[in-house]
Amino acid sequence: MTQQETPQSEIIVLVPTGMLGGGFKREHIQYGIARGAHAIAVDSGSTDSGPSYLARGVSKMNRESIKRDLEILMDEAAKAKIPLLVGTCGTAGTDSGVDWTRDIAVEVAGILGIKPKIACLYSEQRPVDLVAKNQQGKITPLPPLGPVTDEVLESCEHIVALMGPEPYIAALEAGADIVLGGRTTDTAVLAAVPLLMGAGVAQSWHSSKVAECGGQCTVNPRNGGVLMRVGREAFEIEPLDLNNQCTPESVSAHMLYESSDPYKLTEPGGVLDVTHADYQSRDSRVTRVVGSTWQPMPYTMKLEGARCGDFQTIMFIGIEDPAVLANLNEFQHNLEQFLIDRIRTTFVEEAPSFDLSLRFYGWNGTSGQPVPANTPPPRDVGVMFVVTAATQDLANRMAKACNPYFFHMPWRRGIEMPSYAFPFSPAEIPRGQVYEFLLNHVVHTTDGFELVRTEWVDLAKKAEALEYV
Amino acid sequence: MSRIGEVCRHVRSKNAGPFWITVDLFFDGTATFQRYRNSPVLGPELFARLYGTDPRHVKRVPVDSLHMIKISYPRPKPQGWAGERDMHGGQQFARLLDVEID
Repeated sequence: MTQQETPQSEIIVLVPTGMLGGGFKREHIQYGIARGAHAIAVDSGSTDSGPSYLARGVSKMNRESIKRDLEILMDEAAKAKIPLLVGTCGTAGTDSGVDWTRDIAVEVAGILGIKPKIACLYSEQRPVDLVAKNQQGKITPLPPLGPVTDEVLESCEHIVALMGPEPYIAALEAGADIVLGGRTTDTAVLAAVPLLMGAGVAQSWHSSKVAECGGQCTVNPRNGGVLMRVGREAFEIEPLDLNNQCTPESVSAHMLYESSDPYKLTEPGGVLDVTHADYQSRDSRVTRVVGSTWQPMPYTMKLEGARCGDFQTIMFIGIEDPAVLANLNEFQHNLEQFLIDRIRTTFVEEAPSFDLSLRFYGWNGTSGQPVPANTPPPRDVGVMFVVTAATQDLANRMAKACNPYFFHMPWRRGIEMPSYAFPFSPAEIPRGQVYEFLLNHVVHTTDGFELVRTEWVDLAKKAEALEYV
Repeated sequence: MSRIGEVCRHVRSKNAGPFWITVDLFFDGTATFQRYRNSPVLGPELFARLYGTDPRHVKRVPVDSLHMIKISYPRPKPQGWAGERDMHGGQQFARLLDVEID
């Protein structure tokens, strides 16, 4: 795929779903290709589900779901001779996430009997390199965080930089059939082909922002992904299902989704401004958008980093005893104080630091906020016990120390010892480690390539095909 | 006396990256939206009180075409910290519903 001498009037990108592995219908892909798609592009990551995936460098999605989706996309893309782009492979977009996805893609290629040329784009960063950047003043904070210290950078298990579209464009120009990217902005992986083929810059970015979550910008988000049709001055969004619709409201409302500013979106190398965008129905299914603008800026890449923290052990009980439920606030307070004292007096010699939290689901477990006076008692509450300590073994031992009291605590003195409803044996569940997001910063780079490495797997070359089988 | 849950047709909340929560208040029609578009009740202090956030960082952007106001605030602790109760922030809107807006 190369830059067009005379740009085509409209560049069409098929976005099958908001998240690779989320599932979609083959007929939707075939519809989009029949409508003239120049490429398929899909995101495979997010920080939505928390810091664990980045800190460990493992995928949130299971292998089978990724394989199933890749099998359909690689098959249809190969038949149509159009490229397939996947952004933020393996949820967090670490190098391990790209390699994991590459291995699945190679396996799928074998099953399909195709020999694509695969580009792998890596944007994971070594802390030592970022420490150097930091010392040059090239790492700056985004609110609400302040400047980053070298110690924080060094404490991260993994740090990724969010790529822009440039490495994807370069890979396509070098002949890639499939591009598997590490951490990338959700929009950049979708914008790459329109930008390469000469569509309007603001239109490429804005349409990508609208389409980044697949069907989320449609009236019925559960009914398939979308097509972006990107021109020089305008773009259109069309659902992949004939019974679904993209309305001006569903399309414009997507600018609100998961972003703190509904009008401006900072991307590597510029800012998209949709303040004056105009959304109109072209027909009952398609919305046409004009008026967005793009302001080029010095190149920056956002950084994401996560580290490993303490360990947690949890226990869970159910309570239906009406006497307890009628006195929940007092019971909650007394139980918590008792269990904290129990840990303090039992672990005297170690005197470890710990955190204990009781969450009364059915009462105020989700918010942890005080319940308004005169709230009627619930029928049933589930109480989750969470203890956090420096090691899993210590957290387990603390839970064991609390177990009999958590299980049998009477709601007032002098009554027969109750037994609350434990669902499991053993009662204590080692939940694992807590992970922490640490970075909300950008790194200033010379361009979109400085912090990115590209590697190739060309399955048409026999030696490389053998290496990855 | 009206509550936020009564004057809005839809209220939602969601994480906007690991360090922010964003709340969308969709008002019930043009007149209602215009009435509350600049309401001081929806100021930074409300979010400081309900969510323990730093009021200096609370951002408020009305979107006239959609009859909605977007309000974003930093999480007091980053997403996924040891005491996390709402990883995606998707339930944070609930405590706004009973707030009296006028």
